[in-house]
Amino acid sequence: MPSHAQDEAQTDTSPRRLLLLRVVTVLSLLAGTVYLTWRWGWSVNWEHWWIAVPLVLAETYALLDGYLFGITIWRVKRRGAAPPPSPDATVDVLITTYNEPVEMVTATARAALAIEWPHTTYILDDGARPEMRAAAEAIGVGYLTRSDDWDDRPRHAKAGNLNNALLQTYGEFLLILDADQIPKPEILHRTLGWFQDPEMALVQTPQWFSNVSDSDPLGSQAPLFYGPIQQGKDGWNAAFFCGSNAVIRREALMRLGITGYVSAVESAVRSALDASGRILARAARRARKEDADTATAVRKVHEGVRKARADLDAGAPYADVTYRFQQTVREASRSLVDRDLAAIRADLAELGLDHDVGISLDPGSGIPVVRDDVLEELTTRDLSPLSALEEVSRIMRAVDVTRADEAQPVMPVATVSVTEDMATCMQLHAAGWKSAYHHEVLATGLAPEDLGTMLKQRLRWAQGTLQVLLKDNPLTKKGLTAGQRLMYFATMWSYLSGFAALAFLLAPVFYLVFGVLPVHAYGLTFLALFTPYFLLNQLEFLIVGYGVKTWRGHQYSLALFPLWIKACTTAAANVWFGRELGFMVTPKVREGGPHRFPFRLIWPQLLVMVLLVVAVVAGVVQLLTGNNLTVIGVGVNTLWVGYDLLVLSVIIQAGLYRPADHDPSDEQNDEELVS
Amino acid sequence: MQIEQSEREGVVVLTTSGRFNMVSAPRMKARIDETVAAGNPRIVVDLSGIEFMDSSGLGALIGGLKTARQASGDLRIAAPGEQVVTVLRLTNLDRILRPYASVEEAVNGW
Repeated sequence: MPSHAQDEAQTDTSPRRLLLLRVVTVLSLLAGTVYLTWRWGWSVNWEHWWIAVPLVLAETYALLDGYLFGITIWRVKRRGAAPPPSPDATVDVLITTYNEPVEMVTATARAALAIEWPHTTYILDDGARPEMRAAAEAIGVGYLTRSDDWDDRPRHAKAGNLNNALLQTYGEFLLILDADQIPKPEILHRTLGWFQDPEMALVQTPQWFSNVSDSDPLGSQAPLFYGPIQQGKDGWNAAFFCGSNAVIRREALMRLGITGYVSAVESAVRSALDASGRILARAARRARKEDADTATAVRKVHEGVRKARADLDAGAPYADVTYRFQQTVREASRSLVDRDLAAIRADLAELGLDHDVGISLDPGSGIPVVRDDVLEELTTRDLSPLSALEEVSRIMRAVDVTRADEAQPVMPVATVSVTEDMATCMQLHAAGWKSAYHHEVLATGLAPEDLGTMLKQRLRWAQGTLQVLLKDNPLTKKGLTAGQRLMYFATMWSYLSGFAALAFLLAPVFYLVFGVLPVHAYGLTFLALFTPYFLLNQLEFLIVGYGVKTWRGHQYSLALFPLWIKACTTAAANVWFGRELGFMVTPKVREGGPHRFPFRLIWPQLLVMVLLVVAVVAGVVQLLTGNNLTVIGVGVNTLWVGYDLLVLSVIIQAGLYRPADHDPSDEQNDEELVS
Repeated sequence: MQIEQSEREGVVVLTTSGRFNMVSAPRMKARIDETVAAGNPRIVVDLSGIEFMDSSGLGALIGGLKTARQASGDLRIAAPGEQVVTVLRLTNLDRILRPYASVEEAVNGW
C-alpha cells in the first residue's frame, strides 16, 4: 500500500484538561516518590548489589524524568493565532541542502516562492552542484554556496551553511527550511505576528511528515514533542528551535554572532599571549648562544608580549593592543631582516642559487619568506635566526582580531554541536531573547523511510544534544532562568535513558533464570506501592497525549537503548578526548538495494528479546519444580517481561517495514565527518 | 546609508550617514573590501552621521577590520553617536574596537 498522509493530528490541551493533568501529575509523582523512598530505604537487596543498585538507580532516573516531564507540561501554553504582523517586515526564505535530489529541493523552492508574504527565496547548496544552480536559476530563486573563505577551514555542516548565507542576505526575518519541508502559502502570515514583541527571537512550528503511514512503524511523527512538550517549554519561555520550519529574527542571531566574536577573540588572544612566553623564552635561549642581534629582537618581542598582557589587564581594547603588538613585532624583525638578508644572499650565492628566486619579503609581516627547498639548504647550514623568527611570526598571526582559524569572524549560528539548532536556541535564551512555539502545521516534510536512515538521524540528534550538555551545561550556563535550565536539561536527561533501559531489561532475566532478587521480596508491599505509581503514570500519559499516538515514541525511547548508549559514549569521547562523532547527513531518499532484514542494526534488541523469552520459560519451569521462586515474583517478572517484549517488538516491525515504492539499502550515503 | 570617501595623511576616511543596518551592511563591507584592494589598508570609518546601527552593521565593521588587518592595515571607527555607542556596549564590541572621539584623533593615532 502506498504510504498516505495521515491527518495532521494535533493535541489540544484545554484549560479543564490541563487542570486534570496537573492533578494526575502531582498524584503520580507523589506515588512515585513514596515508592522510591521505600525502594531505597527498605527494599534494596544489598546481597546482590550488582543488579539491585543499577535497578534502583534506573527507577530513580525514571522518577526524575517524570518530575522533569511534569514541570514541562505544568505550564502548557496555548498561543492560538498570532497578532497581525507589521506590514513592512522583510523576510528571506533559506532552504538548506547538501545532497538531496535536485527535484526535491526544487519542489520545496517552488512552494517557497508561493508563500504569500513578500519575501526572497534562496537555496543554500552546500554541495555546490551545477545542476542545482541551474534549477534555481530556472525557477528564479537565489542560489548561494560557500565563499572561498571556507576552503581549508572548518565547515561546520549546516551551521556553517547558514552562517555563510547570513552575510549575503539582508531580510529582517529568516524562514529556515530543510530541503524536504514544503511550506504552506500562509506560513509567514501566521507566524510573523509573534515578532511584534521586540524581544521575540524565534518562532518554531511543528514538523509533520507526509510520507508516513498510519501505523508509523519508524516512529517519525512526534506529536507529544510538537504538542504538549513544546507548549510546556514555551510556558517557561524555552520553546526549542528544531532546525527547520522556524522563523528567526536576524538581529537576534547577528547579536549572538557579535558577542560570540568578542569572546572568541578575547580567549584566542589571551591564550596566544600566555603560550608565547614559553616559546619566546626558548627562542631567546637558542638565539643567545648563536647570535646577539636575534636575541635582542626576540627580547623586544617578549617585551611586547608583556606589555600587551598588561594593557589588556588594564582594560585596553583588543584591536589597539594587537595592532601595537604587531607593530612591535614588525619593527623587531625588520631590524634583523636587512642584516640577515645580506648574509643569506651571500650564502645562497655560495650555493649557486639565484637569490631572487629563493627568498623574498612578506609584504605584510616584513618577515623574509623562504622557498622550501632553499630553506632546507639554509637550515642544514645552521642559519638559525630564521627559525626564531618563524616562531615569532606564528605568535603574531595568533595575536590578532581576525579569527583567522575560522572562515568568518562572525558565526551567528552556534557551531559547538552537530545539533546547531538547540545550541543556538540556548544561546538566544541566555542572551535574554524570547522564543515561541506556534502549534499549527505550516510545512510538511519527508521522514526517513528505512530503519538504517532513521537510526542515523536519531543518533545524530542524541549526540548533538549530549554535546551541548557536556560543552555548555544549561544548569550552570549564565543568563538562563531556572525554568529554562530545567527545560533544556529535561531533554538532555531523556537521552540518558539507554543505561536505565539496560537495567530494566536485564533485572527480570536474572530473577527468572538464577533467582537473583534485586529487592528483598516481591510481596504485597511491593505491589501496593508500585501499582498506583504505575497506573497514575499511565493515566498521566493518556491525558497528555489525548487524541494523538504517543505509544510509538514511548516504545522507541526504550527500544533504541543501544543507540542511546552509543550516543553517550561517542559524545563523551568527542567532547573530552576530541574523537570524531562519525556523523552522517541524513539521506532524504533511500537508494536501491537488496531486501534484507537488518539484523546488523538491531541485534542487541533481538538478543535481549530472546533472553527475555528464555527467562520466562526458565522461571515457570523452576516455579513448577518448586524451589526458591515465588508465585508473586514470577508473576510480576513475567508481566514485566511481557511489557518489555511489547515495547521492543516495534523494532521488528521497523526492520520488516518496506514502503511500497522502492527497496531500501543499508548504507550508501554520503558521509560528512564533523567533530 | 550614504558613504563618502576622502583621504587624510595616507588614511582613507569613509564618512557614513543614515542607517547602518542589515540592508546597508553588505554594501558597506563591499566598499571597505574595495578600498583595501585598491591599496589603502588604513581606513577610518566616520560614524558621526549614523542615526541607527544594528548588529549586521557591526558585523560589516568586523569583516572590514579583518580585511584591513590581513593587508597589514587597520580599520578604526570615529565619532559614534549615542545609539552606536549603546550597541557597541550591548554586544561587548567596545572591548575589541575603541571608538575614537573624532576622525582627527583616529588619523593622528597611527
